[in-house]
Amino acid sequence: MSDLITPDFVDLDLVAADRHEAAFSLASRLADDGRVTDLAGFLADVRAREEQMPTGIEGGIGIPHARSAHVTEPTLAFGRSAAGIDFRAEDGPADLVFLIAAPAGGDTDHLTILASLARRLVHASFRQALRDATDPQTVVDLVNKEVLGR
Amino acid sequence: MKLVAVTACPTGIAHTYMAAEALEQAAKDAGHQISVETQGAAGAVPLTAAQIADADAVIFAVDVEVRGRDRFAGKPTVEAPVKKAISGSVELLARAEEAIRQAGPAGAPAAAPATGGADGAPAPVNAPSGGGSSAARFGTHLRQWMMTGVSYMIPFVAAGGILIALAFMFGGAEVAMKVNGGVFQGHTYPGVTDLSKLIDQAGYAGVLFKIGSTAFSMLVPVLAGFIAYAMADRQGLVPGIVSGLLASAIGAGFLGGLVGGLLAGALVLGLTRYKPPRAIAGIMPVVVIPLVSTLIMGVLMLVVIGEPIAAAQRGLTDWLGSLTGTNAILLGALLGLMMAFDLGGPVNKVAYTFGVGSLASGELKVMAAVMAAGMVPPIAMALSTVVRPRLFNDGERKAGEAAWLLGASFITEGAIPFAAADPLRVLPSLMAGSATTGALSMAFGATSRAPHGGLWVIGLIGRPGLYLLAIVAGVLVAAACVIGAKQLGRGGVTDRAEDEAPAAAAAAAAETDGAPAAGPAVSHEALVS
Repeated sequence: MSDLITPDFVDLDLVAADRHEAAFSLASRLADDGRVTDLAGFLADVRAREEQMPTGIEGGIGIPHARSAHVTEPTLAFGRSAAGIDFRAEDGPADLVFLIAAPAGGDTDHLTILASLARRLVHASFRQALRDATDPQTVVDLVNKEVLGR
Repeated sequence: MKLVAVTACPTGIAHTYMAAEALEQAAKDAGHQISVETQGAAGAVPLTAAQIADADAVIFAVDVEVRGRDRFAGKPTVEAPVKKAISGSVELLARAEEAIRQAGPAGAPAAAPATGGADGAPAPVNAPSGGGSSAARFGTHLRQWMMTGVSYMIPFVAAGGILIALAFMFGGAEVAMKVNGGVFQGHTYPGVTDLSKLIDQAGYAGVLFKIGSTAFSMLVPVLAGFIAYAMADRQGLVPGIVSGLLASAIGAGFLGGLVGGLLAGALVLGLTRYKPPRAIAGIMPVVVIPLVSTLIMGVLMLVVIGEPIAAAQRGLTDWLGSLTGTNAILLGALLGLMMAFDLGGPVNKVAYTFGVGSLASGELKVMAAVMAAGMVPPIAMALSTVVRPRLFNDGERKAGEAAWLLGASFITEGAIPFAAADPLRVLPSLMAGSATTGALSMAFGATSRAPHGGLWVIGLIGRPGLYLLAIVAGVLVAAACVIGAKQLGRGGVTDRAEDEAPAAAAAAAAETDGAPAAGPAVSHEALVS
């Protein structure tokens, strides 16, 4: 199984006017790597999910995500925005954005990894460590340690 | 306190697990015990019966319908959007404590008999949705309620519809008249009044027909009952089912059942809000709520809704009669519109009865148009589920498999599961297709000497080739409209995990039969009567 996240999928200076632009920016990184095969199709799936119920949650988190036919393997892209991006959470914009891409027919092992990632996001210590990270590799190591235990 | 919780969100890969983690953390911090069932994409490890039995209260942190909600019946329950559990898990625990406190004195003595007594748990305290807002949220709920009703109805449609189709295959069109009475090709059948003579009078095909139409007669009651159940739990079941039975009795069809079920559920929800004096609090769930809600719904269906429907049917019948002799193609289109308007409801029956009446007076083209138009909706839905499977949930796709056979057998009700789940998009599309077929059948001058049977009585059809062409044309029109409407309205073909929940419920409900779901139909009053 390849890595859930690589330094290429981390943007510590994410600039985006709104949540759709943020999703586009992060998803483009996945498309460049080939993990998203159809950028427009994947973004449409993300947007459909976002319109069902915005994915912002309190504590400055936005989690645009989708299970999509245009994704080859479960992947996380992470963006940090100093200005904040509105993901329609009740307490204001998000500074930590997690784009989660899951294949439509993802097997249980993959989905279990995404589940444990989601569980880590709840922890304030994990969020703080992500806010303190100074370079992409630190973020990758952090995710691997916390989510995969390695 | 000991708690159990279910978390579920539309996609099932993020919020479901975040909510579970947040609830577990908050419970641990406060010294409570909690077991969470994450109904997400990675599959749920179900709570054990013992865990549920031991729990003092239940938390549903969900944006989609809870799978297997009836496992928790009778427990004090707190329900909230999934995000509420992530950002406000502490508050949810406090609400659970409050629910236990409220349920304790009022429900404990009375609920044991009401809930089967296995756990002696207090009565349910329904505290729906703390956050979220307004119309959009209500729309989501509405769809969940209707989908729950549909998911329980689908096995009835499949089993009953296929049995009726088999009866026509083996017994020909006359099997319906043999069982229910009527005239066919100059022969008058008395109908079977004594079921012990069923085999003698109608043969084994008659037995199939009788079993199938009995299953079919439960279609609207089950739809209405389980819509109310989804809204108000088991207390909704009685007024919901009775509303459905009465909707059938007054000929209000599945639309009547849909409305009846929603009203029954809303009524029970309203009644449970009422906090009675201590003296009668104990008998509220067992006696007062079922009695009052059923009485009100019954009067509503029988007295308030029944007569206007009958009057409208009389008016429509007179109007159709006055159209005789006008443009035949327009009449065919109109009959097609009516056949698909409510798929076996009052308007459909007026058109069907008009066709049978024309048949009796020797006008065979009207019957052909009516039957062709009535075959279109199930076949069109079956085709749609094959062409664009991702627009439909699992239960609907299974219903589509059986709908081929039901449509071919002129069992228009085969389209009901689709129409009940999404009436505003599905019904107009089906009407367009059926109108096309009705008009073409008249234009081609096709005739039918059989009032039932669909393709199985093709030998009794005049100009069968053109007749089939008319049906195919209508099916294509209807399927194109359904697909177009669903894509427009839903913004594409995203895989919607939320739709899988009711499908799973359907699978659970039907776990013993494994039969494909289907839509039933019987557009003919004879089948259900």
